[in-house]
Amino acid sequence: MIEVANATKTYGDTIVVRDVSLTIPRRGITSIIGPNGAGKSTLLSMISRLMPMSAGTVTVEGLDVTSTPSDVLAKRLSILRQDNRIASRLTVRDLVEFGRYPYSKGRLTVEDRDHASRAISFLGLELLADRFLDELSGGQRQRAYVAMVLCQDTDYVLFDEPLNNLDMKHAVGMMKLLRQAADALDKTIVLVLHDINFASCYSDYIVAMRDGTIVRHGTPDAIMTSAVIQEVYGMNVEVQEIRGRKISVYYM
Amino acid sequence: MRLLLTTTALIVLSLISLLIGASDLSLAGLVSGDEGQQATQILLVSRIPRTLSLILAGMAMAVAGTIMQMLTQNRFVEPSTAGTVESASLGLLIVTLLAPESPVVVKMVAAAACALAGTALFLRILRLIPLRSVLTVPLVGIMLGGVISAITTFFAYRFDLLQSLNAWTTGDFSGVLRGRYELLWVAFALMVLAYFAADRLTLAGMGRDFTTNLGLRYRSVVSLGLVIVAMVTATIVVTIGMLPFLGLIVPNVVSLMIGDNMRRSLPWIAALGAGLVLACDIIGRVVYYPYEVPIGTIMGIVGSGLFLILLLKGRERLA
Repeated sequence: MIEVANATKTYGDTIVVRDVSLTIPRRGITSIIGPNGAGKSTLLSMISRLMPMSAGTVTVEGLDVTSTPSDVLAKRLSILRQDNRIASRLTVRDLVEFGRYPYSKGRLTVEDRDHASRAISFLGLELLADRFLDELSGGQRQRAYVAMVLCQDTDYVLFDEPLNNLDMKHAVGMMKLLRQAADALDKTIVLVLHDINFASCYSDYIVAMRDGTIVRHGTPDAIMTSAVIQEVYGMNVEVQEIRGRKISVYYM
Repeated sequence: MRLLLTTTALIVLSLISLLIGASDLSLAGLVSGDEGQQATQILLVSRIPRTLSLILAGMAMAVAGTIMQMLTQNRFVEPSTAGTVESASLGLLIVTLLAPESPVVVKMVAAAACALAGTALFLRILRLIPLRSVLTVPLVGIMLGGVISAITTFFAYRFDLLQSLNAWTTGDFSGVLRGRYELLWVAFALMVLAYFAADRLTLAGMGRDFTTNLGLRYRSVVSLGLVIVAMVTATIVVTIGMLPFLGLIVPNVVSLMIGDNMRRSLPWIAALGAGLVLACDIIGRVVYYPYEVPIGTIMGIVGSGLFLILLLKGRERLA
């Protein structure tokens, strides 16, 4: 369980995240949605101790993220931010193996290498394992980053916009894979998503933010209504049910 | 195979480096009587120290360049494009003015302290500049270096120390004798330290978020890297003088060859750094025999040429 209590982030006079309290249950996929500038990424960064909070606390399984030693936390929780640009020329395997750093501290055991190989095949990167990151397409690189984070093998895995750089097919593939990681590998996955329909189809729980606060939270069925979407995005959209999933038609 | 080839090349270069010079020295002369004694003397006092210092300085500068590139996540940074060398010279000038009789170790420490402060300032400026492009990073470093070196030159001019300043900023191995290069072993120790920290430094090269996510304190890794770079630069400026381009070219070539996982690339970087310096020194000693062209000059020519090739090839690779 991740518990966020009164988390606040301010930059000078601007409040980006305002007094957010939230409980993210263990297991399953929780998606954070909301318009640009709602504070979604900031909240995720604070939960994962990448960004200090101006006020409030975050605990992961009872561990306070600001006071727990970073290397202890690195075995419990992992995060992948959006727009990752690694300037170094690393191979996919190098990168994924670095996911074992919290355990190996650089001295990889056989078990660590197994983890890396599993993560690589989980993401379908076997043929690219020895290629350098700068020789891959944006989508392949994104999958390599995801493989690294999964290789870290933490109970809690946070992704900021994991569908960045992915085309339709790969975006759907990625969501299915995350679903599989949640169900088969027993992970708790927290996502920041732009596309509410992906959130609707693949999450167990949706948190809707606007202007730095949580407007609504609940199951996809509870969130995916015209009224809630109007409240969150300020946009009048129709919600239809297709194959048992709520889909909002917001393209026109 | 590649390893064997590189080692052989290094050994050959070292042998050539040992055998050429103003006074004749041949392997045959070494083993024969009176002449042998003199030859041994030259070998022990001058040649071996020189060759050793070339190897040590070459390795250390290349490794320092790599670390700088990891810390700034930028391919075009090395101690001479980050204000590090200029700061070290300033430190050396200060200690020369205030306590001219201090032993070389004290001078080195002063230079290292200034180099550390200057490079930390560089990193701080980088953090303050939003939306930095790949080329602004070295440009900022060069500008910062320019400002610091202007201060240094002003005081050097005022106190009639321009010649010493010149010696620090242009690499020159002709003055290396036994007893005057041993400080370079400090640089060697720092390289060993860098090798132990290779994983951490590679991680730092992936950026703050990745480093933090994997449970490392980014700040302490950066500090460690900074200390290594500053001390290596200081020892080299104090003993030999600056070797330009080395820290830029070698890491880039090795990066293209085998990537940036420092656990794997560091031995290559060290070997190539040593080889390049040995080769440039041999050229400098041969072209104008029996006089010497300073290695800094040769490195400048060879280095800028290689660097151009690298830039053009890099563009090809991106296209």
